[in-house]
Amino acid sequence: MSVLTYTNHAFDIKDLDLWYGDHHALKNINFPIHKKEVTAIIGPSGCGKSTFIKTLNLMINMVPNVKMTGEINYNDKNILSDKTDLVELRKNVGMVFQKGNPFPQSIFDNIAYGPRIHGITKKVHLEEIVIKSLMDVALWGEVKDRLHAPALGLSGGQQQRLCIARALATKPSVLLMDEPTSALDPISTLAIEELILELKEKYTIAIVTHNMQQAARVSDKTAFFLMGELVELDETSRIFSSPQDKRTEDYITGRFG
Amino acid sequence: MTTRSNFDSNLKHLKDMLIEISRKTENALKESMNALIIQDIVQANEIINCDNIIDELEHEINNKAIILIAKESPVARDLRKIIVALKISSEVERIADNAVNIAKSTLQIGTEKHIKEIIDIPKMMNIALEMLSDSITAFLTEDVELAKSCAEKDDIVDDMYGELVHELMGYVQQNPMQMNQIVQLAFVCRYIERVADHSTNIAEHVIYLVTGKQMDLNS
Repeated sequence: MSVLTYTNHAFDIKDLDLWYGDHHALKNINFPIHKKEVTAIIGPSGCGKSTFIKTLNLMINMVPNVKMTGEINYNDKNILSDKTDLVELRKNVGMVFQKGNPFPQSIFDNIAYGPRIHGITKKVHLEEIVIKSLMDVALWGEVKDRLHAPALGLSGGQQQRLCIARALATKPSVLLMDEPTSALDPISTLAIEELILELKEKYTIAIVTHNMQQAARVSDKTAFFLMGELVELDETSRIFSSPQDKRTEDYITGRFG
Repeated sequence: MTTRSNFDSNLKHLKDMLIEISRKTENALKESMNALIIQDIVQANEIINCDNIIDELEHEINNKAIILIAKESPVARDLRKIIVALKISSEVERIADNAVNIAKSTLQIGTEKHIKEIIDIPKMMNIALEMLSDSITAFLTEDVELAKSCAEKDDIVDDMYGELVHELMGYVQQNPMQMNQIVQLAFVCRYIERVADHSTNIAEHVIYLVTGKQMDLNS
C-alpha cells in the first residue's frame, strides 16, 4: 500500500478492528481521510466498505454485538472513547444513503428538521438555512415555488438531492455517502456527481460506490477494500491507471473472482 | 474464473491485428531492401502499391481500440494495453512508410550501375529488422528486458548511419555524375535509421505497458 502524506486530516483511523459477534469484519484498518477531498471506497459486496463508512459517525453502534478496537480520530479526537457526544458527532458528520429517504413532510420541513432538533426555532433563521442548503445542492431553482409541497412528490434524483440538502442543513464538515446514486437514472447520477465535485469545496466527502467509473470521476483518493482489509489507498488517478496491488488491479479490471 | 471473457477475446484480437500489421511491415522492409540491391523496379512499385493495405490495417486497429474503450471502459493494465496498441500501430505504420520511401529511392536510382556493391546498408537494415521484431515480441510477451535491449541496438544503428553517410559523401567528388544515386543511398540509410527509432519507441511503449512508467530509450 502506498504511503500518502497527509497534513490536514478530517479523520485519521488507526489500527481499527471491528467484529460483528465472532465475525472479524474490519481488520487493522489504517486510513487517513483528508479534509475537503472526495475519498471513494470501493470493493466487492461484503468487503466491509459500508461497515467502514458507518464507523465514521458511529452509526455502526446501532448494530447489535458490534465490537471495535483501535482509534477513529475525528479532528484529532478518538470518537471510540466513551466521552463522544453522538448527537454532536452526527451533526458534524452527515450521512446520505442509497435511496433518497425524505420524511413524509414538506420540502421545507425536511430540511428544517435537523436545525430544529439542534434548537433553531426562529423562522427567519430556518428559512435562511433551507434556502442555502437547497442552493448548495442545486435544487433551489426547481423547488422554490413549492417549498411546502410534500417532499415525496419529488423525482428520485430530486429526493436524493433533498436528502443531501437535509444533511447539509446542520452544517456538517463531513458528508458520508453510501452508494448515493445506485437507485438513480444516469442523468440524476451525473447531477449528483457534479454536486459532489462542488460540495468538496466546503466539505470532506467519503463515498461508497459500486460504480467504478463514478469513483474514477468524482474522487481524489480511492480505497479498495477486500474481505475486511484495506488493500490499497492511493490517488484515484493512480489506482485507475497503475494500481500497485494485483488484487486491486483484478477488481477494477473486472477480473476478480 | 475469468469474468470478462468477451473483453479478453477482443483484446486478443487486437493483439493478432498488431501481429499482422507488423509481419506485413517486416516483409515490406525486406522486399524494399531486396529491390534496392537487385534494382528490381517491378518489386519497388509493388511495395509502393501495397502500402495502402498496411494503412487500412492501422485504421482497423484504431477503430477496434476506440470501440473497446467506448464499450468496455478499460482501466489500469487493460487501458494501458489498448493505448499502447494504438501507439504501436501508428509506429508500425510509419515504419512501413519507410519501406515505401526506400522503394521510391530504388525507382530514383533506376537501372544506373551502383557506385559500389551494396553490403553495409542491408547489414544496417538487418539490425533495424531485429529491433522491430524484438520490440513486437516484447509487446506480445510483455518482456521489459527484451524491450530495453532495443536501446543498445539503436546505438549501433545510429553509429552505422553516421559512418555510411560519411562514406557516401566521400564518393561525391570522384563520382559527380552519380550524385543522385549517392543522395538516394544516403536517404535510404536515413530511412533505416528511422525504422530503428520507431522500433525503439515501440520498446518504450512496452515498458510503459508493463510498468506504468514512461522511459526514454532514445537518448
